[in-house]
Amino acid sequence: MLEIADTTRPSAFSGGPMISVRDVRVSFTGREILHGITFDVQRGETLVILGGSGSGKSTLLRTLVGLEKPSSGEVWIAGKNFFAISEAERNEIREKIGMSFQGGALFGSMTVGENVALPLREHTKLEDSTIDIMVRLKLDQVGLSGYEQYRPSQLSGGMRKRAAVARALAMDPEMLFFDEPSAGLDPIIAAGIDQLILDLKQAFRMTIIVVTHELASAFLIADRMVLIDKGDVVAMGTVKEMQNSTHPRVRQFMDRVPEPAVAQELDYLQMLTEQQPKQGSPSPGKGR
Amino acid sequence: MEFARKVGVAVINALSYVGALASLAGRAAFAAFVGPFLGRPVRFQSAVAQAMEAGVRALPILSLITFFIGLILALQAAYELHRFGALNYVPAAVAISMSRELGPLITAIVVIGRSGSAFAAEIGTMKVSEEIDALQTMAIDPVHFLVTPKFIAMVLMLPCLTIWANSMGMLGGSLFGVLQADFTWTRYIHASLEALFLRDIVTGLIKSFMFGVTITAVGCLEGLSTGGGAEQVGRSTTKAVVVSIFLVILVDLVFTTLFFFLGAH
Repeated sequence: MLEIADTTRPSAFSGGPMISVRDVRVSFTGREILHGITFDVQRGETLVILGGSGSGKSTLLRTLVGLEKPSSGEVWIAGKNFFAISEAERNEIREKIGMSFQGGALFGSMTVGENVALPLREHTKLEDSTIDIMVRLKLDQVGLSGYEQYRPSQLSGGMRKRAAVARALAMDPEMLFFDEPSAGLDPIIAAGIDQLILDLKQAFRMTIIVVTHELASAFLIADRMVLIDKGDVVAMGTVKEMQNSTHPRVRQFMDRVPEPAVAQELDYLQMLTEQQPKQGSPSPGKGR
Repeated sequence: MEFARKVGVAVINALSYVGALASLAGRAAFAAFVGPFLGRPVRFQSAVAQAMEAGVRALPILSLITFFIGLILALQAAYELHRFGALNYVPAAVAISMSRELGPLITAIVVIGRSGSAFAAEIGTMKVSEEIDALQTMAIDPVHFLVTPKFIAMVLMLPCLTIWANSMGMLGGSLFGVLQADFTWTRYIHASLEALFLRDIVTGLIKSFMFGVTITAVGCLEGLSTGGGAEQVGRSTTKAVVVSIFLVILVDLVFTTLFFFLGAH
């Protein structure tokens, strides 16, 4: 590990980290997906969570917004213990978080404009005319001005992602979470999304967490990175530190070395029975 | 022992399912009646749209089906009654069986096919495409946002549709009456209305209200508990229809028994 995880309690919010994850474990139907994750995200920082398919990185992000409940451990967001407070208080925090889902998760039954307007209509008492202006502003920010009346199904993949970002921005959040922002997009469109994230970071000093497996985009946007593998934090550090790391798993990820082929019957059986492989014989990561 | 254990597990599963339905209906009712006082107004526009879809658009097919059912009832009743030369009791037989039983039941089954399945498919698709998750991260309660308008639409529309179904059934019966039993239209309608008591209609409407709650709860619960993948949406939809039909019959049995012993017979 490049950085010894800080296990002390998060300090009072004023100067402390925006988000603090303390030894979080998440299980689905008895199988533990995350085995005690700990890291901090400072205010205004962009953290990239890297990891292969099935590493648990998306589960981690879902836990940060309360879509999954940790079986143990704590998540502190904006100075509050996220899973110890009431649902109403949790919702107050959620209003400060904008989340962009992998597939966009725009509401298919609404137009793009209505999608962006939805959080404003639900959580503010703004006039319709004001909301219209804000929707136009947000769509303008992501380069989608003039698309208010389109249905999500009429947009391309990249535009849908942008529209989802516009919706995430609607409430002027302090924190922005992205789940695989460039998944399924061609390199040019993906670069456009990266640029958008950089612009948002520079313009609003938001605290941003991006979950991805795209190295190029991670190096471009990250202040710090966390590499997650099979539910554990393998390494944490700045872009430079990660690039220069000698940790075998980090090197494998950075150098894009494929997993060794399953050579022995025993390894294959272990993979099938979902057991932890023996030390030194990594088995391929599995999908959730 | 093994058999007893299996029965026990099945009973517990069934009870917890009914519990989940009741809890969902309760949360929707809370959002409808208490929510507005907590600053979360009900989405009436959405409720109206749902009512149009589940209610008004069901009218053509419901009319046709209940017209035929009325006609069938008249034919079946006449088969027995004509042996006693009692064909003038056909309107009463049709009117009473429509209002008390078949009107609410056929309406419920048509609505299950059209709307119960659609609820499960709509919410299931939203679940699969992370739209439900998106609602939650936007601090919007999916029950308040999606389920409550459907409940409002259904508990209002089902009784209305039932009244319509009752009328269409009697109209179907009158076709037989006029063509085969020497009734005139007005005499047939008069005979029907005379045979009916208010309680016949009211018990039918109470049942249809309960059917509305049941169908919405099952459709929405199945949608919300959809797992990952498009294939799961199909499975939820099928399950919603099968479970709804079963539960509607069960609710029908419970309420019919209740009315029987309460003396509304």
